[in-house]
Amino acid sequence: MHTFTLAELAKKLRAKEFSVTELTNSLLGRVAASQPKLNAFITVTESEALARAKTADEAFAAGKAGPLTGLPLAHKDIFCTKGVRTSCGSRMLDNFVSPYDATVVEKLDAAGMVTLGKTNMDEFAMGSSNETSFYGPVRNPWDSKLVPGGSSGGSAAAVAARVAPVATATDTGGSIRQPASLCGVTGIKPTYGRVSRYGMIAFASSLDQGGLISISAEDAAMVLNAMAGFDPRDSTSVDTPVPDYVATLNAPLAGLKIGLIQEFFDKGLSADVEKCIREALSVYEKLGATLIEVKLPSLPLSVPTYYVVAPAECSSNLARFDGVRYGYRCQDPKDLLDLYKRSRGEGFGAEVKRRIMTGTYVLSAGYYDAYYLKAQRVRQLINQDFRRAFGEVDVLMGPTAPDVAFAIGAKSSDPIQMYLNDIYTIGANLAGVPAMSIPCGFARGLPVGLQIAGPHFAEAKLLNVAHAFQKETDWHRRLPDAFAKEML
Amino acid sequence: MSLNRDQINSIAHLARLSLTDAEIPVYQDSLSKIVDLVGQLDAAQTAGIEPMAHPLPGLAQRMRPDVVTEKDQHELYQRNAPQVEAALYLVPKVIE
Amino acid sequence: MSAPANGGWETVIGLEIHAQLSTKSKIFSASATEYGAGPNTQANLVDLAYPGVLPVLNAEAVRMAVKFGLAVGAQVAPRSVFARKNYFYPDLPKGYQISQYELPVVAKGHMDIVLDDGTRKRVGITRAHLEEDAGKSLHEGLPKQSGIDLNRAGTPLIEIVSEPDMRSAKEAVAYLKKVHTLVRYLEICDGNMQEGSFRCDANVSVRRVGAEKFGTRAEIKNINSFRFVEKAINYEVARQIDVLESGGKVVQETRLYDPDKGETRSMRSKEEANDYRYFPDPDLLPVEIDAAFVEGVKATLPELPDQKAERFVSTLGLSEYDAGVLTSSKELAAYYEQVAKLLAGGKDATKEQAKLAANWVAGSLAAALNEHNLDITETRIDAARLAGLLNRIADNTISGKIAKDVFEAMWTEGKDADAIIESKGLKQITDTGAIEKAIDEVMAKNPGQLADYRSGKDKLFGFFVGQVMKATGGKANPAQLNDLLKKKLAG
Repeated sequence: MHTFTLAELAKKLRAKEFSVTELTNSLLGRVAASQPKLNAFITVTESEALARAKTADEAFAAGKAGPLTGLPLAHKDIFCTKGVRTSCGSRMLDNFVSPYDATVVEKLDAAGMVTLGKTNMDEFAMGSSNETSFYGPVRNPWDSKLVPGGSSGGSAAAVAARVAPVATATDTGGSIRQPASLCGVTGIKPTYGRVSRYGMIAFASSLDQGGLISISAEDAAMVLNAMAGFDPRDSTSVDTPVPDYVATLNAPLAGLKIGLIQEFFDKGLSADVEKCIREALSVYEKLGATLIEVKLPSLPLSVPTYYVVAPAECSSNLARFDGVRYGYRCQDPKDLLDLYKRSRGEGFGAEVKRRIMTGTYVLSAGYYDAYYLKAQRVRQLINQDFRRAFGEVDVLMGPTAPDVAFAIGAKSSDPIQMYLNDIYTIGANLAGVPAMSIPCGFARGLPVGLQIAGPHFAEAKLLNVAHAFQKETDWHRRLPDAFAKEML
Repeated sequence: MSLNRDQINSIAHLARLSLTDAEIPVYQDSLSKIVDLVGQLDAAQTAGIEPMAHPLPGLAQRMRPDVVTEKDQHELYQRNAPQVEAALYLVPKVIE
Repeated sequence: MSAPANGGWETVIGLEIHAQLSTKSKIFSASATEYGAGPNTQANLVDLAYPGVLPVLNAEAVRMAVKFGLAVGAQVAPRSVFARKNYFYPDLPKGYQISQYELPVVAKGHMDIVLDDGTRKRVGITRAHLEEDAGKSLHEGLPKQSGIDLNRAGTPLIEIVSEPDMRSAKEAVAYLKKVHTLVRYLEICDGNMQEGSFRCDANVSVRRVGAEKFGTRAEIKNINSFRFVEKAINYEVARQIDVLESGGKVVQETRLYDPDKGETRSMRSKEEANDYRYFPDPDLLPVEIDAAFVEGVKATLPELPDQKAERFVSTLGLSEYDAGVLTSSKELAAYYEQVAKLLAGGKDATKEQAKLAANWVAGSLAAALNEHNLDITETRIDAARLAGLLNRIADNTISGKIAKDVFEAMWTEGKDADAIIESKGLKQITDTGAIEKAIDEVMAKNPGQLADYRSGKDKLFGFFVGQVMKATGGKANPAQLNDLLKKKLAG
C-alpha cells in the first residue's frame, strides 16, 4: 500500500480493495518503524488518525466520500493543530498544545484527510538541512548519513520513505523545493497569497507560503485543490477563485516556451547535477517544448536580499515568544528582563538567535535605509526580472539545488555555506511566484530535482508541465531500497 | 570583523536574548560574516526604484465590518500559560 | 500676546492625544472593546499574539479616523501604511505595536481655540494616525509580581499630534478641551478620561524669548484630567527654568505626573532610548482610501462645534461666550435648541427667547448639573419642562426671581412649573390695583423713610421696593412695582 500515490489510493479505497483503517494502521506502523532511522516525526497522532479513519470508512460506506476522503497525510509541525502539540521544531514550543487549527489543517480535515502526525523541521523554519531542530536532525531516506534538506526535512523524508504519501510543508526561501530535490520527491510552493497563512507559525511574513510535498504532481493537484483559497483571517490572502488543478493536468504541452535561467547554470552548479537537468530538459523538447535562454540579472543578489528581509521580519515575528502567555519559560526569573532574556536565550537555538540578531541589526537606527530599504529596492528589481522573463516564456526551469544531499554536520558550522544551498530557490519567494521541484534523475546515487517556476497564479500550468514529465519518466516512483518493503 | 563585541551585546539586549561570554565571539563571527554577505547589496543600482514591501504589487488592505464575533475562551487559551492567577498572566513586577 | 512672559522665558508645548475609538470590535480582531470586563475575557488568539495569528483591519476604525481628519480640515491620505513599532513590555503581547509611521492616515489639520481673554489662536495638527492600544499591568495584591490583563490590547486608537504651537498651560488646556469636545461630537470617542479612553501626553520645553531654536523637551505621560494637565505643565515649566537658570541642562526624557505630590518625576524604566526599528507591517497591505470612501464619511459629519456656535451667534444673536458654553457638548446644544424651539412654540426663536433660554441653560441648569456631578443626558429637568418654566417668565406669570425658586423645586420634586406655581401660590401679582394698595400700606407704615426719600435720599427707593416685595410675598411684578412706586413716592 505504501508505494501508491494518492490518486491510486483514492481509486483503491473506492473499489474497496482495503479500508481507510487498514491503510492508516499500515502507515502508522511504518511511521513507528521509520522513526529511529529517519526521525521524520515530532508527534504521531495515532488515536486521532484512527478515529478519523473510522469516520472516513463510514463516509465510504454511506457513499458520501469526496476526492480526498480517507487519504493519509502528515502536517509540518509549523501548522497549528488543535489539541495537539505544535512545536515548530523548537524547545520554545515543546510544551505548546495549540488551541486552534490552522486554516490549512481545517480545510484538509474538512476534505476528510487522515492526519498521521506532525513532521520534524528546522527550528522555526530556519535552515536548509533540518539539523537545527530541537528534536534532532532528520536523516535522508536515501542515505542516513546525509541531510534531507530543510526546513521541511521531515515532510520530504516521510514522503520519500513512503511513510506518508503526502505532507504539508512551507517555503520561505526554498524550504519545500530544496528538501524535495534532495529526497527525490515532488514539492510545490504556490503563489504568495494562494494558501492561507492563518495558523502557519510565521517566520518571514512577506515570503512564507504554505504548500506540500507529494509523490507526484497529480497528487499535488488533488491536495492543492483543497488547500488553496481565500481566507478572510489572512489579510495577505488573495481573493481569486481556485481553478480545478486536476482538470488541466493533461493539457497538451506543444508550443510550451521554457526559459532557462542563465544565472543558475553557473560555476556553483555541480556538473553531474547539471547533466541530469539537461537530460530532463531534452525530455521536454521531445514533448514539443522550446528552450529559450533568459537572463534575470538581479537574481544573483537574491541571497543577500533574502538575508536582510527574512531576518528583519523574523526578528519581529518571534518577539511574541517571551515566556509570558505560552511556551518555554526559564526557571526562577529574577526580574522582567531576566524572564525575557533567559526564556528566549534558552528557548531558541543558535540559528534562530543568529537570525533574530541579524534582523534586529538591519532594522536598527542608522541601518534601516542601507539594509532594509535597499534590500526592498533590490527585491523590486528581482520582481521586474521575473516579470520580463514571463513576458517571453511560459515557465522557467533550472536546477533546484546546486548539489545533491550533503553529510549531516558538513555545513552546520558555517552559516554562509548553509545559506548558499538556497541560491536557486530564494528568487521565487522574493517575487512571490509559484515554483515546484520534481525528481529528474540521480547523481552519485542521490536524487536531483528540476525546478519549474511560473508567473503569479500559474499553479495549474506548473502542475500540468510537471505531470507531463511524470507521464514520460518514472523518477518520481523511485524510492530508497531501505524503505521499499511494506514491513519495515 | 564588521561587528564588535559591544554591538553584539547591544543587539542581543535589544532582542532580549541572553548570551554567555563564550557565545559572544561565536555570534560576533557569524553575524559579521552575514553583514559582509548582505553588504553585496551596496553595489546594486537602485536609484529611482521603489522599495517592495509585498511580492504582489497593487493590492490594498481589505477592511472587515465592525462586528464582535469572538466570545470569552480565556480558560482554553490560558491552559498554555506558564503562570496565571485570577485570570491574569503573571510576570515579575513591572516597575513604572 | 496671551502667554505670560516668565522672566524672559517662553514656554513651548505640543500635545499628543490618544483617543480610543468607540468601535464595537477591536482594530485588528473581532473581540469586544467594552470597558470593565473580567480580566482576559475579551482577548482572543489574535489579541494574545498566539503563534500563527494574523491581523485584519476594522473598517469602522478607518472611517472614524477619516471623520476626525475631515473635521479638523486635514488631508486624508489616499494611501497609508501600518508599521510595526518594536519593543518588549508585558502589556504588548506581540513584542510590537501595530501603528503608523511614515504614512499616517491623516495629516496637516488645525484646531482653533479661544483663550480666556477672548483671543483666538490656531493650533496646528501635524498628523493623526491609527494604532492599537496595549493591555494593562496590575500591581495590587501581588507582592513581587504584576498581573497582565490583555482586554484592552488591540482597542483602536487615534494618536493626534499637535504642532508645538501652544505657549502656556492654559492654551494647552483650551486645545485639549476643544479636541475632547470634537471627538465626542463626532461620536468617535466617549472622551472618558477616568476610564482611559482619552489620554494626553505633553511635550514641554522652554527657551529664551526671541530664541529661534526650541529648547530640549521633556515628555510628560498619561495625564488623565484637564486640571492635571495644567498643573503638570506649570510644574514642569518651573522645573525646567530652575534647571536652566542654575546652569544645568534639561534632559530629554519621559516623566510621569504625580497628582498627589503635584510634581513630575523621571520614569526610570523608560530612560534608555528605545530603538523602535519601525518597518512596514508585512501582514497588512497598504490602506487605500478613495474619494468615494471620503465622501461617504463626509456625509456622516454632524454640524461641528464651531459651526454650531457660529450659527447661535449669527442666527440667534447669542454672545460668543454663551454660544461657546452651549456648544461645549452636542447633547447640551441639542437640549438648548429644543428649549428655544419650545419657547417659540415651534417657530424660530426670537432673539429675546434665544437669550432667555441661553441664560437658563448656561446658568441655572448648568450650575445644577455641575453641583450634582451630572451630564446633560442625566438632567432631572428635561427640555420640555424647562421650556414650560421659561414660558411662565415670558408671559409674566412669575418673575425671574421667583422662577429660580420654582426651578429648585422642579429639580428636587420632579414636577412641572405650572404644578409648583399653583401649589405654592407663586403667581406674580400684576394687578395694578393690588400693587398700589400694597405700596400705599408701606408708605403709610414708614412715614420717616418717606419724608427722607422725598427730601433727596434716593437710596431709600430700594428700601421701599424691598418692603413692598415683602408685603406681597415676593410676588409683585418687579417692573410694574418699579413704575408705580416711582409715581407714588414722587407724590
